[in-house]
Amino acid sequence: MESLFRRACRLNRRAFLRGGLGALAGSLLPVSALAGVPSDLFVMAFALDDVISLDPAELFEFTGAEIAANIYDRILYFDSSDVQKIVGGVAESWDVSDDGRTFRFGIRSGMRFHSGNDVTAEDAAYSLQRLVLLNKAPAFIFTQFGFTAQNVRDRIRAADPQTLVIETGQVFAPSFLYACLTAACASVVDKKTAEAHAENGDFGNRWLRTHSAASGPFSLRIWKPSELIILDRFDNYWRGEPAMRSVFIRHIAEPGVQRLLIERGDIDVARNLNPDQVVAIKDKPELRPDYARKGSLYYLGLNQKNAHLRIPEVRKALKYLVDYDGITSTILRGTAEIHQTVIPAGYLGALDERPFSLNPGEAKRLLAAAGLEGGFSVTIDVRNTRPDLDVAQSLQASFAQVGIALRIIQGDGKQVLTKYRARHHDIYLGRWGPDYQDPHSNAQAFASNPDNSDAGEVKTLAWRNAWDIPELTKMTDAAIHERDRAARIADYEAIQRRELDDSPFVILYQEVELAVERADVRGFVLGPSFDTVYYRGVTKV
Amino acid sequence: MAKPRIVQILIRNLAAAAATLLGLLVVTFVIGRLLPIDPVLAAVGDRASADVIAQARAEMGLDLPLYRQFGIYLAQAVRGDFGQSVLTAQPVIADIARVFPATLELATAAMLIGLLLGVPMGVAGAVWRGRWPDHLVRIVGLVGYSVPIFWLGLMGLLIFYAKLGWVGGPGRIDVYYDGAVPPISGALLIDSLIAGNITVFVNAFRHLVLPASTLGLFSLAYLSRMTRGFMIEQLSGEYITAARIKGLSELRVVWVHAFGNILVPLVTVIALGYGSLLEGSVLTETVFSWPGLGLYITHSLLSADMNAVLGGTLVVGAVFVGLNLFAEMLYPVFDPRAR
Repeated sequence: MESLFRRACRLNRRAFLRGGLGALAGSLLPVSALAGVPSDLFVMAFALDDVISLDPAELFEFTGAEIAANIYDRILYFDSSDVQKIVGGVAESWDVSDDGRTFRFGIRSGMRFHSGNDVTAEDAAYSLQRLVLLNKAPAFIFTQFGFTAQNVRDRIRAADPQTLVIETGQVFAPSFLYACLTAACASVVDKKTAEAHAENGDFGNRWLRTHSAASGPFSLRIWKPSELIILDRFDNYWRGEPAMRSVFIRHIAEPGVQRLLIERGDIDVARNLNPDQVVAIKDKPELRPDYARKGSLYYLGLNQKNAHLRIPEVRKALKYLVDYDGITSTILRGTAEIHQTVIPAGYLGALDERPFSLNPGEAKRLLAAAGLEGGFSVTIDVRNTRPDLDVAQSLQASFAQVGIALRIIQGDGKQVLTKYRARHHDIYLGRWGPDYQDPHSNAQAFASNPDNSDAGEVKTLAWRNAWDIPELTKMTDAAIHERDRAARIADYEAIQRRELDDSPFVILYQEVELAVERADVRGFVLGPSFDTVYYRGVTKV
Repeated sequence: MAKPRIVQILIRNLAAAAATLLGLLVVTFVIGRLLPIDPVLAAVGDRASADVIAQARAEMGLDLPLYRQFGIYLAQAVRGDFGQSVLTAQPVIADIARVFPATLELATAAMLIGLLLGVPMGVAGAVWRGRWPDHLVRIVGLVGYSVPIFWLGLMGLLIFYAKLGWVGGPGRIDVYYDGAVPPISGALLIDSLIAGNITVFVNAFRHLVLPASTLGLFSLAYLSRMTRGFMIEQLSGEYITAARIKGLSELRVVWVHAFGNILVPLVTVIALGYGSLLEGSVLTETVFSWPGLGLYITHSLLSADMNAVLGGTLVVGAVFVGLNLFAEMLYPVFDPRAR
């Protein structure tokens, strides 16, 4: 028996070696002839590990929102070249009643879902109703209008197959509601398909996490978490059939590997190259960098529980201790623009004022006025990734010029965030992007804090930094009810000036997204927000 | 009536395995709860309202006392239900079924490289101790141990994929072939052979060569060093001198007498080395975008996705226990005294 076993092992080993060596020889042949992506396929490398769900009522991550933007149609859109301009989506017309409480939307006729079902006002109403009823992360975008599980079916309804009606309990600025209807959570879901897959009254949520019931330019074929997403084009798309038969989005976390892939032509677009890598490929005519300004802001949050940071002069001194030019030109290299107000450039009411620059002399004077001539020690919590660490080191160097000893505490993203949300930090280096294209999204985060106690339930950025601002909170809340556009702009300008003058936020810069494309790729839209990146117009020449 | 010896051994081993896995779960669970990360953040994000966060906390059972959380998990795990991953929104068992074959394929290929090259190299190093084959083995071993696998992988990709085009790029297969063969075992090489799809087989093989070689170099370094050490000890034994005096050929002295005597410890080393590879090499999987178990567990841990971490840990523990048992079962084959 033993000898038979040994002989079998030997035979298998021989067979394995023969087969293995044969395969090895075959596979090591040069493959230049195979390199390159077929002309009707679009392949992109992207860090996909933040995608948790593709249900519009649940997804709230940058990447998931981008994918959904290519699968679903939203009720309204904003113009990519002017984010303040609202354009039609599933709704082709809209108006508001004289009392400012009833909004009516005319649904575009002739639209079809991937399933073949007609897109109706009933689907649009259902999509918003399930958002409120499921009460997942993005639900607050609509519950802030007063919609609840009890009233949403009455207040958001289909008057007829082509008319969606939304009634808000209070008067809101129309532009505020319209902006919220451009968010990913206002994507229109095919009611019949979703309900066919519903379990225990979940409105199809479990199924829609990994499937699609949509009318957009692509349908979801495969989603393998942290591995791969494949989209197939929808031939009957109302804006016209996309040129690409399929879109392959592969999870490649390492930027160096993305660079190898795009240089070799095995992908069409690399989404996560860093600025240094772009400098290194600038002489390659087959590659083209593409930049798009986003709404995200990088900022320092100064915890007002810290005795030093609580002093107004210290807060202001720190704003003079950032090498804004140096950071943007040497560390971020084209992936950020200096921006110092809490509302991003391009948004309604955004101020383009930059009163601060690196000025250790002025900082020293302010510290002396605060009685801290000799400086002090303080910590900064930073994610252990680039460029955050590089920025923190730059801050460490400039703070040291006036005797402030800045100790850098590195951590994983969620670890740092957990500490920040518990208000256990001194200084936090973070990033904040608006949830929808309205200034209220950022104003609420930076300038609203209804309850500054530790038990406070609304954990805005102002709360996280223990900034007690009852008056500013009222001002921020009032701005969303202002129907007059000019008056609303004035409200946001006042909020931003107050923030510039006194807030515990040092706004550093506004993010510019970078993607590197193969030169033959045309029509890839890197929009002004993370959920306005579109593949439908992609062609290859 | 006394139970047969084999049954006693089996019962003893299974009890030890169960105790080991239970201990592993307890330790992992406690460590997971000590992490300074709020698990709800991964589920609902940073911006969810207070009621959404409270609802998620309740749904995840995080509002219960720790002992009850663990008790509920254990009761479900015994029934084969490891819960749902927060990060992927999929049942953990389905996630593991997806990622483990990728790791198994990579680790097996790497172990084969280590075994087929490392063991003969270790023997050669011992036989020609202090001479150039020995120096070569030690240098290769040193490189395998000391060069960061992350750097080695990137350099490998740069040279053999980007410059020379000899091997496939990152990932298990070119994206166009994804789904081209039905997943039966989850190992693409096997599934493509079962489906008779040689194109997919060659493509998968081309993608496997570089990560397996990178990881295999580490395995080779480990096995060659251990084999060399075992062989040096055996070759200095008096029975080897006696065999040589008897006039046995050097080939027989080395491979039958000396090597035959190191098989028991070598099998243990190989089993443990294979177990380590099956944990998943996070760095190799990151560089080569290899969707394996190591990356899955690490990513889950950093998001405090405890169901995924516990499920993954249990699989790794079971693999180690299983390989240990397997190695123990092989001892009698190689050593008559153990029969």
